[in-house]
Amino acid sequence: MKRKKTFKQGATLPHIKNTAHSPTVVMPAPETITVPMQQHIGAPCKPVLQKGDRVKVGQVIGDSDQYVSAPIHSGVSGKVAKMDIILTYDGRNVPVMIIESDGENEIHEDVKPPKVGNLNEFVKAIRASGLVGLGGAGFPTHVKLNLPNEADIDTLIVNAVECEPYITSDFREALEHTEHVIRGTEIIGEFLKIPNLIIGVEDNKPESIEILSQAAKGTKIQVQPLITRYPQGAEKMLISALTGRKVPSGGLPSDVGTIVLNITTVSFISKYLETGMPLVKRRVTVDGTAVKNPGNVEVVVGTSIRELLAFCGGITEEIKKVIMGGPMMGIANYNIDQPILKQNNAILALGKELGDPPNETPCIRCGRCVSRCPMSLMPVNLDLFSRRRDLEMLNRYHIMDCIECGSCTYNCPAKRYLVQSIRMGKTLIRQQPKVKGGK
Amino acid sequence: MEKINMEKKLLVSASPHIRDHISTRRIMLDVVIALAPAALLGIYYHGLRAALLIAVCIVSCVLFEYIAVRIRKKPASIGDCSAIVTGLLLAMSLPPGLPVWMAVLGCFIAIVIIKQLFGGIGQNFVNPAVGARVFLTISFAQAMTTWVEPGTDVISTATPLAIMKDAEAVSAMPDFLDMFLGNIGGCIGETSAIALILGGIYLLARTVITWHIPVFYLGTVAFLTWMLGGNGLFTGDPFTHLIAGGLLLGAIFMATDYTTSPMTKKGAIIFAVGCGLVTSVIRLYGALPEGVAFSILFMNMLVPLIDRYTIPKNFGGR
Repeated sequence: MKRKKTFKQGATLPHIKNTAHSPTVVMPAPETITVPMQQHIGAPCKPVLQKGDRVKVGQVIGDSDQYVSAPIHSGVSGKVAKMDIILTYDGRNVPVMIIESDGENEIHEDVKPPKVGNLNEFVKAIRASGLVGLGGAGFPTHVKLNLPNEADIDTLIVNAVECEPYITSDFREALEHTEHVIRGTEIIGEFLKIPNLIIGVEDNKPESIEILSQAAKGTKIQVQPLITRYPQGAEKMLISALTGRKVPSGGLPSDVGTIVLNITTVSFISKYLETGMPLVKRRVTVDGTAVKNPGNVEVVVGTSIRELLAFCGGITEEIKKVIMGGPMMGIANYNIDQPILKQNNAILALGKELGDPPNETPCIRCGRCVSRCPMSLMPVNLDLFSRRRDLEMLNRYHIMDCIECGSCTYNCPAKRYLVQSIRMGKTLIRQQPKVKGGK
Repeated sequence: MEKINMEKKLLVSASPHIRDHISTRRIMLDVVIALAPAALLGIYYHGLRAALLIAVCIVSCVLFEYIAVRIRKKPASIGDCSAIVTGLLLAMSLPPGLPVWMAVLGCFIAIVIIKQLFGGIGQNFVNPAVGARVFLTISFAQAMTTWVEPGTDVISTATPLAIMKDAEAVSAMPDFLDMFLGNIGGCIGETSAIALILGGIYLLARTVITWHIPVFYLGTVAFLTWMLGGNGLFTGDPFTHLIAGGLLLGAIFMATDYTTSPMTKKGAIIFAVGCGLVTSVIRLYGALPEGVAFSILFMNMLVPLIDRYTIPKNFGGR
């Protein structure tokens, strides 16, 4: 096996991957789906259908004329029941289209394999597929692929790290759709003329390393094992681990000649070029002690968490917290009627394993946060200056570089809410009016 | 399909949603466990007198902490066990024959003056135990340097460092093995090198401390006393310097105090080398036989400065 690589600092997390050996189960489409008009970073979509309109599987229901955006499609056939506005889990009011399914799952006429002969057509097709980063961030993929000067990129990194506990949806993709992962990586490499293709996998997933290495034989793709360390799946950490390059502060992966794409995202590209079916379904890991039958479920985008949990056998104890995503960076939901979004890779219904939220005690200056921070920041000082609202000092200690991975908070013996207070500090800086002119 | 009824509201809080088991209390208890072998050996060699001093120091530190926090109207803090560590550490750096009231006064200085008046745990500018020991050394110079031969109660004896200072008495140096085990004159918990090293290994294994401060502190002292300690360059006796006096206790347990040591590795190394330098200078050229407490105290006060000049470079920063 190849020499394992990793990045500097970071945290060691417990290896909880209960659902790693639960093959994907397909959940039938529910009677109604609630589809938000924004499921990506960028401009929200405008609905292109009205109440009462007929809709089919794979049909565009929302789109935007803005560049950084991705169209939204229906995952069921039926009719538009109504337009509404919901308060999302991250605190925004977003318009939603509620679609009543007729149970037929009739596929729309436009769903056919796209014709892609060159890079331009390829990027257009990716945009039309509605694809966004499926690892959790939800950044429109066509924007990442449409580089101003593609010749500068020499390395494509496929992110199969999945460093958060619980989540196994990318792991299942590697096992169940190995061919599409390899094919998708090759396709991107060909269209963007990228010489180095690397798939990065942590060594706590030996099966994934094994099966991908086997499949990559005879191709240009290298499967690189990584020493398990959180947050290796963060773009900047993964680039550093695999290539030794450091993305400059405030910069993008393309600044150091790399593109990073999630493994399920890459696999989807191969599937889409084959079938033309846009992103209307995805695999979600459902786990947590409160869930009766944890597992990996393929679910139509817009299905509510309530229905998804019910499909998993319901709950066995009182749910304390419902998290969209992993326990380190996921967002706690205020109710279970939120819809599953394109970028949701996990739903965790945590019960007794969660414990009570810890009480904050005074900082003892042990320096654990400093030695764990993958961005080499001083969370202890960011916490202090955020609470003091000292914006000048926050900038001096590079608060905007924080990726909010939670390594500092996880390791804090005084149980301080470091990330929470750093987020507050970031918000204060963003709210500050931009200084005009020179000095 | 199952129906899900949810009566209770969900908990909403900022990520991360899981925490490591580590806590301030756990760290402090680990320090107590690590100090235990040396403390027990101290009691074994110095008798009930030592046991009494240790007990008095711990009880009065906890009591002072409780009262001071009550007066400051702050949440109760004795549960974090930091006052126990201060009491034990202070007791271990006292001579076994010290009058009890002096020890209690030391505890008052440590907890009330040095720790609580500056804002409690995490806010003290010097290590409370070190500060109190220096206070007692200056205030009661005679009592703080009167040593008794282990096993007896009357005969006063000289410590190895005092013997080394007084070149004519070299023949009276205790056996190296006795020094290693702690069967010599000295403070309660400072004399047994082996017990202190064991404690240090425990703290390293529990990741309570990192190796940087002890290794660089001891290394600096060893090098400087070897180079400058004897009659001519590189004729000194670094081994005796390493295991004599309060160096091991200081390097492993006092200089590694979180609050009063730098937060970065680079800062910790600068701090430790500084401690070693000051200790060696006092031991070799100063009027006092021992300089560990003074050197740590001195370097404690430089920590804010060191922290300011060792801010790590942000990832991808210029």
